Amino acid sequence: MVKVENISKAFKNVQALNNVSFHAEKGELFGIIGPDGAGKTTLFRIMTTLTIPDEGAVFINNRSIFNDYMKIRKNIGYMPGKFALYQDLTVEENLNFFASVFNTTIEENYHLVKGIYSHIAPFKNRKAGKLSGGMKQKLALSCALIHKPEVLFLDEPTTGVDPVSRKEFWDMLYDLKKMGITIIVSTPYMDEASRCDRIALIKNGAFIDVDSPANIINNFDNILIALKADNMRKLLKDVRKCRQIKSAFAFGAEIHAVIDSDNFIEEISSQLKSLDHKNIEIYRIPPAIEDCYIWSR
Amino acid sequence: MLKFLLEKEFKQFMRNPVMPRMVLIMPLVMMIVFPLATNREVHDITISIVDNDKSQYSMELVNKITSSGYFILSDYSSNYNNALKSIEKGNTYIILEIEKDFEKNIIKEGSANVIISANAVDIFKGSVGASYLSNIIYDYSLELQEKLAFINTAPAINIIPFNEFNQTLNYKNFMIPAIMVMLVTMITCFLPTLNIVSEKEKGTMEQINVTPVNKFIFILSKLIPYLIMGIIVFTICIIIAKFLYHLDAKGGILSLYIFTLVYVFVSSGLGLIISNYSYSMQQAMCVIFFFVMTLFFMSNLFTPVAYMPEWGQAIAAFNPLKYYGHAVRSIYLKGAVFSDMYRELIILGIFAVVLNILAVISYKKNE
Repeated sequence: MVKVENISKAFKNVQALNNVSFHAEKGELFGIIGPDGAGKTTLFRIMTTLTIPDEGAVFINNRSIFNDYMKIRKNIGYMPGKFALYQDLTVEENLNFFASVFNTTIEENYHLVKGIYSHIAPFKNRKAGKLSGGMKQKLALSCALIHKPEVLFLDEPTTGVDPVSRKEFWDMLYDLKKMGITIIVSTPYMDEASRCDRIALIKNGAFIDVDSPANIINNFDNILIALKADNMRKLLKDVRKCRQIKSAFAFGAEIHAVIDSDNFIEEISSQLKSLDHKNIEIYRIPPAIEDCYIWSR
Repeated sequence: MLKFLLEKEFKQFMRNPVMPRMVLIMPLVMMIVFPLATNREVHDITISIVDNDKSQYSMELVNKITSSGYFILSDYSSNYNNALKSIEKGNTYIILEIEKDFEKNIIKEGSANVIISANAVDIFKGSVGASYLSNIIYDYSLELQEKLAFINTAPAINIIPFNEFNQTLNYKNFMIPAIMVMLVTMITCFLPTLNIVSEKEKGTMEQINVTPVNKFIFILSKLIPYLIMGIIVFTICIIIAKFLYHLDAKGGILSLYIFTLVYVFVSSGLGLIISNYSYSMQQAMCVIFFFVMTLFFMSNLFTPVAYMPEWGQAIAAFNPLKYYGHAVRSIYLKGAVFSDMYRELIILGIFAVVLNILAVISYKKNE
């Protein structure tokens, strides 16, 4: 459904995208995961025909972004990272407007947006600019859906949204997926990766891995341990000095580190004790997507 | 498609708390307040007189000057230097020095000298004041000629000025067409520009760009509302000019509208080019301000282009406002019709085509 082939794009002296390729099937929920500045938005702008790549090609349902961009625009929905609806029009007027520019009506495709729009329907006469962040996202999603697109492009839809709304939003995406809509979604939150069918990890404009979240985790071929002690700052310094530890990073309340063998855990523990650390905890943990991202090539 | 876009534009426009009122208030204020406030009639000029003669004739001359209504006598000075001090202090604006043997010379030789010195800091007031004063002196000299029956002297040339097309030299009549032209420019050039740039800035432009809305249709939906508003404002101006200032378009209303209709495409084409190169409202405002100043001052709205140095005239030749302003003023004051002004109409037409082509090219480039 969405085929991206060897896309590269540079701005002045920044290589925003470097030889990016992936392929998303119909009805797939495909996630593009990476921190700010990794090139996610540029990739989205190319896929939605807003920017022309320096090299490579994109096909949306076998239509090329170069020759058939008008046909593509009729059949995709795009929700940019920044709220971009008319703030001085009401909720209903916005939805009506976007339906009419696609030559359709709200009634015709109401079944698609019903699950989402019903949350904001009580505020349909409120101006879009006066909605809360979560409701704005729902309205934007409704407007991107109202013309029954084949593919939905969502650029960081959950950035700046509270955890409850984020969960709600992902539930809505599952419902849309069930209706057969292909969804390409980007997010900087690694914990959202497991909600996608397949993900691409993007770093400095290049994909470092494209696979299902489970496979990416299975392919993590290091031994990952978590460490805790009373003085975390000193602990990180000392851990990084240990010969047995290849590399270590602070992860919330813990330190995650990579070692070559399970046998090293005891050695590290005694070494840290000799350095006056209290309440040391060391245990092996299964990797999460974030670990895979950090220890990727 | 266009219908939905236009519907949205008008909805947004009417919902804006400032814009609809501004479009009504702007022509009202500009047409009612400015012509009354900007007055170029010079009167109440303070004058200091240095009368070295103090004779009957010199008294008569001074009386004539002070009773003319244009001058207010600030003081009699004993000598020219004192009078100059009075100018420096700002008490007086013009000095008239009468020579010592004024009366004697008139009777004996048939001529006498006076000196007029004017403060030329305000060029206009200074030169007009000096010429009023010399007219009064000239009048007085004619009177003396009759009285003393210098029949033998050469007949003085009598000048009877007649100001064709604006007989009372009414500055309002001169300015009203200029104000109309400025208003049309502001509404049809600057408002759609700012509107388009604001959509860019808010990101809604991008949302429109991923829909099947044709770019041309989108631009059209931005221009049409302001073209309509431009014509409405122009009509309001015509009505105010007629009923408040009793100024009729001698060349007919139709000619006015024909020129305006061509001009709105010129000015909106210029606006589109500005919007294509602007990425924020701040930048657009800055560029627009530059264009307002250039267009308004390098046209004949305030100073006639013919008075400009050659390089200034060369710049003004590329100013569409010069042709439109000239046409509207000629239609109002001279009674020109568009067939008299076909040259201006053709030039405006060329401007419209060229600017809009450039707008399309620059739009494609920035895509």
